Amino acid sequence: MRYVPIPAWLALATILGGCGQEWNNPYPTQDGGRNILYSAFTERPKHLDPVQSYSEDEAEFNAQIYEPPLQYHYLKRPYTLIPLAAEAMPLQRTVDATGRDVPADSPQVTHTLYEIRIRPGILYQPHPAFAQAADGKLLYHSLTQEDLKKVYSLRDFSQTGTRELTAEDYVYQIKRLAHPRLHSPVFGLMSEYIVGMKAFAEALKAADKALAASGNKNAWLDLSKVPLAGVELIDRYRYRIRVKGRYPQFAYWLAMNFFAPVPIEADRFYAQPGMAEKNLTLDWYPVGTGPYMLMENNPNARMVLERNPNYRGEAYPAEGEEVDRAAGLLADAGKRIPFIDKVVFSREREGIPYWNKFLQGYYDFSGISSDSFDQAVRISVEGEASVSPEMKAKGIKLEASVGTATRYFAFNWLDPVVGGGQTDAAARERAKKLRQAISIAIDWEEFISIFANGRGIPGQGPIPPGIFGFRTGADGINPVVYDWIDGAPHRKSLDTAKKLLAEAGYPDGRDARSGQPLVLYLDTTDRGPGDKPRLDWYRKQFAKLSIQLEVRGTDYNRFQEKVRKGAAQMFAWGWNADYPDPENFLFLFHGPQSRAGTQGENAANYANPEYDRLFQQVKHMENGPVRQALIDRMLVILREDAPWSFGFHPKDYSLHHDWVSNLKPNNMARNGLKYRKIDAARRERLRADWNRPVLWPLGLLVVVLVAGAAPAVLSWRRRERTLGRSQ
Amino acid sequence: MIAYIIRRLLYALPILIGVNLLTFALFFVVNTPDDMARMQLGIKRVTPEAIQKWKAERGYDRPLVYNEGAEGVGKITHTIFFEKSVKLFVFDFGRADDGRDIGHEIKTRMGPSLAIALPVFLLGLFVSVSFALMLAFFRATYLDFWGVVACVAMMSISSLFYIIGGQYLVSKIWHLVPISGYAGGLDATRFLILPVVISVVAGIGSSTRWYRTIFLEEIGKDYVRTARAKGLSELTVLFRHVLKNAMIPILTGVVVVIPLLFMGSLLVESFFGIPGLGSYTIDAINAQDFAVVRSMVFIGSVLYIVGLLLTDLSYTLVDPRVRLQ
Repeated sequence: MRYVPIPAWLALATILGGCGQEWNNPYPTQDGGRNILYSAFTERPKHLDPVQSYSEDEAEFNAQIYEPPLQYHYLKRPYTLIPLAAEAMPLQRTVDATGRDVPADSPQVTHTLYEIRIRPGILYQPHPAFAQAADGKLLYHSLTQEDLKKVYSLRDFSQTGTRELTAEDYVYQIKRLAHPRLHSPVFGLMSEYIVGMKAFAEALKAADKALAASGNKNAWLDLSKVPLAGVELIDRYRYRIRVKGRYPQFAYWLAMNFFAPVPIEADRFYAQPGMAEKNLTLDWYPVGTGPYMLMENNPNARMVLERNPNYRGEAYPAEGEEVDRAAGLLADAGKRIPFIDKVVFSREREGIPYWNKFLQGYYDFSGISSDSFDQAVRISVEGEASVSPEMKAKGIKLEASVGTATRYFAFNWLDPVVGGGQTDAAARERAKKLRQAISIAIDWEEFISIFANGRGIPGQGPIPPGIFGFRTGADGINPVVYDWIDGAPHRKSLDTAKKLLAEAGYPDGRDARSGQPLVLYLDTTDRGPGDKPRLDWYRKQFAKLSIQLEVRGTDYNRFQEKVRKGAAQMFAWGWNADYPDPENFLFLFHGPQSRAGTQGENAANYANPEYDRLFQQVKHMENGPVRQALIDRMLVILREDAPWSFGFHPKDYSLHHDWVSNLKPNNMARNGLKYRKIDAARRERLRADWNRPVLWPLGLLVVVLVAGAAPAVLSWRRRERTLGRSQ
Repeated sequence: MIAYIIRRLLYALPILIGVNLLTFALFFVVNTPDDMARMQLGIKRVTPEAIQKWKAERGYDRPLVYNEGAEGVGKITHTIFFEKSVKLFVFDFGRADDGRDIGHEIKTRMGPSLAIALPVFLLGLFVSVSFALMLAFFRATYLDFWGVVACVAMMSISSLFYIIGGQYLVSKIWHLVPISGYAGGLDATRFLILPVVISVVAGIGSSTRWYRTIFLEEIGKDYVRTARAKGLSELTVLFRHVLKNAMIPILTGVVVVIPLLFMGSLLVESFFGIPGLGSYTIDAINAQDFAVVRSMVFIGSVLYIVGLLLTDLSYTLVDPRVRLQ
């Protein structure tokens, strides 16, 4: 038998598999040079149904498909709402109990009415739910089990159709927030504001029970039959939402997928018996009017968006910040978007393959993990970040922005040692000084430098830069922790912290009454070997004050349970904004929203009557000097009470190749793909340059195998020729 | 033999119930139904009512194994354990906690898992047995010595090292194959070459040493001396006599893993982006999806039992003296 060495098979298979392009190109040959954007995702999206989807991973897809009435301007900062599917910004009216118009700041305001007019002529993407027979009857709305036998995906329906977007679709979606078989994370919140939402949910529950009782469990529940008092359809293109009292932040919700349109045909189509068993649901196959439509949903491997042929086309923004023109971000002003035909998202579970494929040009974007940070980024002595020479040589560019988020270290207000809920005023004062001392001792500048590669801004309060209420300069610092020296904030000395600690009754870290060392407890989910440096760092911060820190590592479920029950003494956590309004950060300290009391978002269980009173004033106020003054007062209270050691506001760094343009980080909007543009020809050229196969290792492998096998072959031949041998 | 197979299959029932009970106990020691609901519903703006609703819809609002509030047999049947376990025995896996059909997922992911596992199994077996036979042929020579040293060295290295090193050299530096990814049909070859080669190389060390030991034991037996005395060449002795007689211990280790090939490889699938069952299991564990974890453990147990049965049956094929009664 003639042996063919393994390397030859390897080479042959490689050539067969990848002929005509780079051997390591993971994409089909026929896609070379096409106007396709390549990206990756690490976590599979759990929900694509717009009433349920609430994570950024999911918004990456949904925001390209669904069109809520409003959106954030792509280039303007601070973040500005503009119409998307709406023809103009909602018409707002504030009325009193009799329905009479009253000024917005009147104490008689009982309701706010949002009247939204949708642009006429917007069409849905092609979808079988709209497919019609010649007589106008919907083709796929009475499917039998037999019809569904050979159906595995939407592609198996031969016909598709479309129809015009109407205001009724928006009304229908708002009703879906209360659907008894769906779990909308914002239903609780919206039922507090939208008039009649709770009663509507009860009516739906009753209707659903009646369906089940009649033997039609899980049959389609027609929401259009049940009226919702707070949402009114005015005409084909207009609808009105009635919100209790004043809630200016409601406009931000109108830019989220919860308020995107869902056509009744789609809801009915997917509700047919047998569809859910085949994953044919709105949660798997979205139906929208946006620039892209989901053509492949394989969350195990690949998600593919393609240009929606029915998309009306928007104009690229003509306004932006001063720097945007110089950065070339206004070069395409007024041009019809989207620019890109197709977007391929590949699943990458591990960071190493993701990063290497980006460097090879097979992904157009990449984040920067801690492992690759030093390879990718250089920080100048002034603290400015830029790409490393290696990245620069490849034309890779860095985009940096401060996220609308905050990371913090919380003191549980219910804890008898670090909390502030004691009845005794002296004890409260002592605990406050202890928290202030610890806030000074925890050196967040060092944390950012060591554990975040410099990607963060130390927090002076909960509100991050870019959000109304954030102040810069001396006015913006936390005077309990920082001094303003030579035009910059400087953390107070450890002596100050030690003095506060002594005043708190713990001189040199010992209880003045008992003489016992002060031991505090940090609850955390960090338990692995990789977390040890961070935990040691925390211990070191407390050791500066001679406080012993005991770390109580636990799994995330137990950790959450402890926080829920108010049983964790101290913990580190974070918050990402839902919308760019200070209320979305200040409510994290609102007493009635304490985690232990009401399962609210106030995880530290902080309670201060004055703060709560100010919060009630601030939360529904328009931005302006009065609101700023009240926020300033609230921040003074928070800094003094120190329920958190304000950690840092993370900076988001991302990299992209120079063939990608029109890219500006936007922490609020996720529908940015329609603005992006690529130079596919340049990408093709560079990929070919960067990925020329290196063949000598294959030759070397053959030589090594032959050299390794030769002594064996020679020895075997010698033995076979030997007539006799001794054992 | 049929009676034997039926008896073995009946023995499997208590084993499967035990495995199910153990999986159930281990899972719910770590996760409560509330935890599972929170994992699915997210951490922002989750109300206690939403959690209760989620649990009620999926039957997680019932007692775990004993329902005091129920009557008669309902005390056992109206429990999470009974309701979630009994359907498994007719291979009705139900839906994952995110609402997706588990059976459909398993069907679609089995192909990619097999596409890696089968070539690795066959190629690995061929290479290891050949290499072990060679070492046995050259026993007590410098080739045998250095071969064993190489095997020990290879089995001492973590498989993660092979994966990362292989990706770095072959894909990143030499640009010979894609680093990760997967495609259907023939195009899959490009994505499978590297994981298959790496998996084979990573497994050579330990399996070669095992087979070498088996072969050396056989080589010392009288029938081998007789074969040599007849004047047969060493190759004939090795392939026709030694290999054949060493089949029982080889089959013991090999046949049992054949059904488990369907289950995929956790590490390889994760690093190479192969959408198989290994990565499905990992995802489910991370997402605390009991429905999927339970199904995968159940399938694994069934396949293992089938593997053991096949092993017994295979003995009758290679050794006529073996009778199954």
